[in-house]
Amino acid sequence: MKFIIAIIKPFKLDEVREALGAIGVAGMTVSEVKGFGRQKGQTEIYRGAEYSTNMLPKVKIEVATSDDLAAQVVETIQQTASTEAIGDGKIFVLDLASALRIRTGESGDTAL
Amino acid sequence: MIRKLLCGAGAFGASLFAATAAWAQEATAAATEAATEAAATAVAAAPAAFTPTAEMVNKGDVAWMMVATAFVLMMSVPALALFYGGLVRTKNMLSVLMQVLTIVCVAALVWFAWGYSMAFTSTGSPFPKLFGGFDKAFLAGVDVTTLAATFSNGVYLPELVFVMFQMTFACITPALIVGAFAERVKFTPLILFVVGWLTLAYFPVAHMVWYWAGPDFLPAAPDDTGLLWGWGALDFAGGTVVHINAGIAGLIGCLVIGPRLGYRSEPMPPHSLVMTMIGASLLWIGWFGFNAGSALESNAFAALAFINTFVATAAAGVVWAIIEQIVHKKPSLLGAASGVVAGLVAITPAAGFAHPGTAIILGALASVVCFFFVTTVKNKLGYDDSLDVFGIHAVGGIVGAIGTGVVADPALGGQGWIDYTAPVAKAGVYDMAGQVMTQIWAVGTTVVWTGVVSAALFLILKYTVGLRPSADVETSGLDITEHGERAYNY
Repeated sequence: MKFIIAIIKPFKLDEVREALGAIGVAGMTVSEVKGFGRQKGQTEIYRGAEYSTNMLPKVKIEVATSDDLAAQVVETIQQTASTEAIGDGKIFVLDLASALRIRTGESGDTAL
Repeated sequence: MIRKLLCGAGAFGASLFAATAAWAQEATAAATEAATEAAATAVAAAPAAFTPTAEMVNKGDVAWMMVATAFVLMMSVPALALFYGGLVRTKNMLSVLMQVLTIVCVAALVWFAWGYSMAFTSTGSPFPKLFGGFDKAFLAGVDVTTLAATFSNGVYLPELVFVMFQMTFACITPALIVGAFAERVKFTPLILFVVGWLTLAYFPVAHMVWYWAGPDFLPAAPDDTGLLWGWGALDFAGGTVVHINAGIAGLIGCLVIGPRLGYRSEPMPPHSLVMTMIGASLLWIGWFGFNAGSALESNAFAALAFINTFVATAAAGVVWAIIEQIVHKKPSLLGAASGVVAGLVAITPAAGFAHPGTAIILGALASVVCFFFVTTVKNKLGYDDSLDVFGIHAVGGIVGAIGTGVVADPALGGQGWIDYTAPVAKAGVYDMAGQVMTQIWAVGTTVVWTGVVSAALFLILKYTVGLRPSADVETSGLDITEHGERAYNY
């Protein structure tokens, strides 16, 4: 099993969710996060006071998948979340040791 | 030393007043002078024997002035409170709302107790040109039968209406000051300051600028006016009394108290520009009561003040946004709202005197000057005027007060000045350069008076009860530490 963490632009969330649903991803966890990378942030000006915020708002998607589906999930996220500009985000893939469905006690791929 | 200075100012006033009288004679000689609207509706009465009667009260005026009074109260609560509240950080939101609300309550009571008497009487005072006595303290002798003068011969308001209308001005002016040192002042010392400042700065300045016997009484007692009124200074709705007065007090306050912890090293962005937008918009609406109400009658001069309050403000808002588009490449809401307030401040003294065309120019000019002060001068000098009370109210007020001398010129479509020492008020001969000088003297007098009084009061409080909370309190925010509550619980 793989655990996929994708950091994407907030406005791309709906598109990514629909695309992943279409290839059979049954669930995901989404959180609003802040961070920075190559895109350095932006400047806010309130009357004379300038503040540069180097943390930008992003959306973090976490998806646990079977090994078979993992490559397709990564590809789908990459294709739907891309705007071909800096700040599009990153995708990280981790090995997942185990998964357990709390309601039934099922584990492994069937728990996903 | 202060007294010496005042004597000097008084002598200047006397000489200027003589000059005014000379113009009046010229005006009489020139029979071509057009009669003013005031004169047209006036009753010819022997000044010495004049007694206003209840028939001289117009129900339309009374209705308008009571509505205008409520409008001006709305400028303080909620408008100013929200405008300021949105600009501070979340942890200090309630402190600002509470300061403004409490100041309004306290100022209303002080106005009833001794404010009205000090500002709008001239009896029982050792210096009747500077402030009134206590003959009408606790509204003694003011009842439903007493009357207050307007700007027209033979037109009166119930005195209670005038008391209330002016009360709302006494409420908002000290509330304006708190923006200069928002987020770092102890509550109770602030309220003590307000009581002292109203008594020693606001009431005397209001008396000097606005007190006069009224058009039916002035011919018999031409010297029965406040000092600046006697000089011929024009201040329609309170550029000097309200905005310069409060703006200078704010500057002194923020200098005495010092900058916020972390000023210029950590971000202090406004916590809700939505609130600020609501506040600025309500200020604009309320300002129609403030400026148009200052005509004291429901007539064409009120309408003139009304339209000037509309267009000068619009111009100022647009100009600020354009400047930001050029300088920062983005027009901000806070910028446009700041421009709107700067325009309102600047048109205040000129509202009933300017042509709408020159009012637009005055509003636009105020935006340019205020923008320069809040973005450049403040950063260069490093004082922490948190919400730009000095940069917008004092600076915009000074632009407006001096500009009034220009835009009031009948040659530019202005209303000129009215000679109320004539048995029936009539237009006087306008001298723009002389009037601008008079305006500058009025501004200077206000700045010095309120500067000295504010510095004395702030320093006394600083070294007795203390003005500034501890660093711990300031870091935690004044809401939870001073008031025991939070603005937002979620």
